[in-house]
Amino acid sequence: MSTLAVAQAEREQAWVQPSKGRVAMFCLILAESTIFTIFVVAYVYNIGKSLYGPTPQILEVPIWNSIFLLSSSLTIWLAERAVEHGRIKSFGLWWALTFVLGAIFLVGTGIEWHKLIYEDGLTISTNLFGTTFYSLVGLHASHVILGLIALFTVLMFTVTGHVRKEHADRIQVLALYWHFVDAVWIVVFTVVYVIGR
Amino acid sequence: MADSTFPVPGALEAAPHGRRWSQAAFLAWLHDWVVTVDHKKLGILYMLYSIFFLLVGGVEAILIRIQLVRPDMHFLSPWVFNRVFTMHGTTMVFLVGMTYIFGFANYLVPLMVGARDMAFPRLNALSFWLTFFGGILLYYSFIGGYGLYGASSAPDTMWWAYSPLTERAFSPGHAPDYWALSLIVTGFGTIGASINVIATALCLRCKGMTLMRLPLFVWLNVVTSFLALLAITPLTAAQVMLLIDRYLGGHFFDTQAGGSALIWAHFFWIFGHPEVYVLVLPAFAIANEVIPVFSRKAIFGYPAMAAASVGIAFVSLGVWAHHMFTIGMTSVGNTFFVLSTMLVGIPTGIKIFNWVATMWGGKIRFATPMLFCTAFLFQFLIAGLTGIILSVAPWNWQLHNSYFVIAHFHYVLVGAIVFCIFAGIYYWYPKVTGRMLSEKLGKWHFWLFVIGFHVSFDTMHVLGILGMPRSIFTYEADRGWAPWNFVVSIGGFIQAIAVLVFAFNLVHSYFKGRVAGNDPWDAWTLEWATPSPPPAYNFAEDPVVTSRRPLWDIKHPEDPDWRYE
Amino acid sequence: MLTEPYRCVKWSAKGFLFLLVFFAWHAVFAEGPQSTPSIFAPASTPASNIYELSLFVIAITGGIFVTVGSLIAYAAFKYRQHGQDDTSEPAQIYGSAQVELAWTVVPVLIVVVLFLTTARMIFAIQDAPKPKSALDVTVVGHQYWWEFNYPRLGIRGVNELHVPLSDANHPTPTFLTLLSADVIHSFWVPQLSGKTDLVPNKINYLWIDPRHPGTYVGQCAQFCGVEHAKMLLRVYVDTPDQFAAWVKNQQQPAVNDPKVAEGRHVFETQACMNCHTIAGTAATGRFGPDLTHLMSRETIASGATTNTPEHLREWIRNPDTFKPGSLMPAMQLNDQQLDQVTAYLSTLK
Repeated sequence: MSTLAVAQAEREQAWVQPSKGRVAMFCLILAESTIFTIFVVAYVYNIGKSLYGPTPQILEVPIWNSIFLLSSSLTIWLAERAVEHGRIKSFGLWWALTFVLGAIFLVGTGIEWHKLIYEDGLTISTNLFGTTFYSLVGLHASHVILGLIALFTVLMFTVTGHVRKEHADRIQVLALYWHFVDAVWIVVFTVVYVIGR
Repeated sequence: MADSTFPVPGALEAAPHGRRWSQAAFLAWLHDWVVTVDHKKLGILYMLYSIFFLLVGGVEAILIRIQLVRPDMHFLSPWVFNRVFTMHGTTMVFLVGMTYIFGFANYLVPLMVGARDMAFPRLNALSFWLTFFGGILLYYSFIGGYGLYGASSAPDTMWWAYSPLTERAFSPGHAPDYWALSLIVTGFGTIGASINVIATALCLRCKGMTLMRLPLFVWLNVVTSFLALLAITPLTAAQVMLLIDRYLGGHFFDTQAGGSALIWAHFFWIFGHPEVYVLVLPAFAIANEVIPVFSRKAIFGYPAMAAASVGIAFVSLGVWAHHMFTIGMTSVGNTFFVLSTMLVGIPTGIKIFNWVATMWGGKIRFATPMLFCTAFLFQFLIAGLTGIILSVAPWNWQLHNSYFVIAHFHYVLVGAIVFCIFAGIYYWYPKVTGRMLSEKLGKWHFWLFVIGFHVSFDTMHVLGILGMPRSIFTYEADRGWAPWNFVVSIGGFIQAIAVLVFAFNLVHSYFKGRVAGNDPWDAWTLEWATPSPPPAYNFAEDPVVTSRRPLWDIKHPEDPDWRYE
Repeated sequence: MLTEPYRCVKWSAKGFLFLLVFFAWHAVFAEGPQSTPSIFAPASTPASNIYELSLFVIAITGGIFVTVGSLIAYAAFKYRQHGQDDTSEPAQIYGSAQVELAWTVVPVLIVVVLFLTTARMIFAIQDAPKPKSALDVTVVGHQYWWEFNYPRLGIRGVNELHVPLSDANHPTPTFLTLLSADVIHSFWVPQLSGKTDLVPNKINYLWIDPRHPGTYVGQCAQFCGVEHAKMLLRVYVDTPDQFAAWVKNQQQPAVNDPKVAEGRHVFETQACMNCHTIAGTAATGRFGPDLTHLMSRETIASGATTNTPEHLREWIRNPDTFKPGSLMPAMQLNDQQLDQVTAYLSTLK
């Protein structure tokens, strides 16, 4: 039951192929980008189309929130560098800081929504603005939540001492996702708080 | 045969005499199939799923044809008819079309690139079971919700579910919810499977298998998977919006609150048009393997074929609004989409020419797979030409949503895709089961299906010209459509008989078919270097290849392919 | 000898020829309104333009079909294996840049020609200037019926569109403004023009200039719900005299015949008046069709059946008889009330 032995050549050359984790993560990011594109298009298309109810003028620009989230891209990059060089302790610190920054962003979004709902009376069913705003920002927030769960899992592995240098590649694949979540926020921020307001 | 991945035919055949059937053995066997992460078993599961729903969708087609066989029939009520044709379309596109792709890709891509499994076996299993669950959920609509009592909750808003018909105001109950939810679930399955195919083909190639040596089958499946990632996700996004509208009181498509009916149509066709190519490229992939092997010649113009596939995929992302010529776009908008649509014809033409050139000068063996592929070439030519006809926007204003369109896309979906699926099944069945499908039944299947196909779908073109719109449950007696509809229905029944012959062949040959051996077609790609069926690990040692046709090199050491690369 | 695919070729070619002959027959002999609304029997400028364009496109695609189809057939027939025992392999050819370039350039040229012809026609039909003598009609699509408003004439027609004949010397085309009250519909009368959708929150336009008087049939061409199939359309192309007479009649208030006062009473005290309008009475509903001149129409229920007193009575008793799923409910009237209402409605000329 052996397979046919196939011709012998090129054995001497090194046979390098791309990392399957990275390829898969890039594909996932491609697919996710399409979803975000559709929601962004729906948001832009409906700017100013609400027949009644609050308008985007009630939004306050979440400057600090954005700074927290975007700086988490830097901290996770530092964490990647640390684990690559086997500095597990430093990795754990940067990773935990990333998690905290992400969590702060999420809490900030929660505070913003609380104000919008209870002070401005804007819910997802109020008008087109409400529908598109909560959908787009909520879609992003749900990705932050997913990212935080993943970050937390790795954090637990780190705390229990299971992360080693050879896990650097997998951690970098996960970090790609977090970079994506941050990059999407730049788009969402521009569309919702700059163009749309 | 101890390491076989398939319940060994010989063992099943011998079961009544030798082993007694036992519940424990059956449960162990079932458990084995449910928890499997083997790409070959999952490929078989995908194919069985696809064929099962092909039969279900076929039954729905027959119900439609009985209702339309003459004017003013009362065989189905309008409610039931609308559900049946919606489910027919949804089933055929999402549960048959989207699963046969991954059936073939799962089974063959790892074998063809010389890998031992897919890149992510557990993701592979998850993807299949998500798709499986989505299909079950869709069909549960017939009994769930407000189902069974009186009217069922099966989707009844056409497979494109144009808003605002799907909004709460016009569709109370749960029909659009079943449609959206089940397709979101199968959509996640598709995304997972696509990522897996891409990662496998790019990262698990055996030594020497450069990108320009990948079998075209693998090339086209990679392109398909990329396209699926870009196409399925807009639909998922739009369906999430629809559910937000229906469950959270959103207004995306709520025209009474300023929402837009138009934007759904755009979102749907941004999915819907690339989707056609997602379905048809794997069919081309099959033709790319079958036509060279049975013509006994290497594929003509390999780089052009790969480039044309990528070209089709790219252009297909910019043609969606040709489904919307009648929706009231500006004349400039219409003109743009006419141009982009016509451009698709160029890479498609290149493909047809390359296939003919592959046959040219060969020694064509007309076994059943090649018969299906030859018919595919003719039918795809006609489908392409009616596609050009439909891209002529002014004429499209007449033909849009008429039976001409139905004829056109059935020419693509049946005449091209289903014919290639059949070709692929006849071609690879020996590899999967170790036994040949009966050629005699295969010929019956082919000729009945070809005749039934043309009787049905050639005639439908005429109905469109005569002004019959689609998705109507009945028509007026004085319109002169009755004789044509009668002919279409006759063709439908002939096709149904052909498919039954096929189903019988599948089962019969599994037990009684001639034993195939490793390489019954004298073919050239790596999967034929394994035993039939291949063992769980595929290759005892990792193969090394030096050309596009590794087995040709072995069989013809005096004239190997790699000399010409 | 079933295996020889040239039979398949012969079969397809025959079918194709047959279709061509059939279409030609239809195009040559049909003139004026037909009971079969063939797009190859045009009776108005947009439809005629499309028909002429379609002949050109058929010529080109037909030519491609014959050329490429014969190539496939020739290859399949000429290069088939002769005898099972001939197992030697043919010469392997991997490609040819020149040949491939050639068959890329030819399709490009064909696409250029087709595109330019099509683009010209799109602009000619879609951006046609509107003459002063044009009649304006606003079409509103409702679930399973049509509303035709003539804003300058003050008429609210239903289901049966009356338009004047358009003479080549004195063109009186009709320009339709298309709106929808609920879901997406599509206005399609194949002999008069291509279809255009009626989309909620969007205004679309369409124009026709029929050249032959008579009744043209069509129907809704975008799935719009349960009774989509029975959302039929009738366009009456009237001579100038007929049209003037029709307009005059439509502008009158509703006939008020004291002999059917009981029927009117039933109409005004039951739920009928919530949905229907009869000008000059308490009934001012807008959800269903205007019934002021019900008897001037040949059909009821958007063409589902002919407008006779028996059908009208049955329609009121139980709309599902003709149109299951229509939005008009069965009103649960007793036999006497049914007779009275039918008698009343029958007077609304």
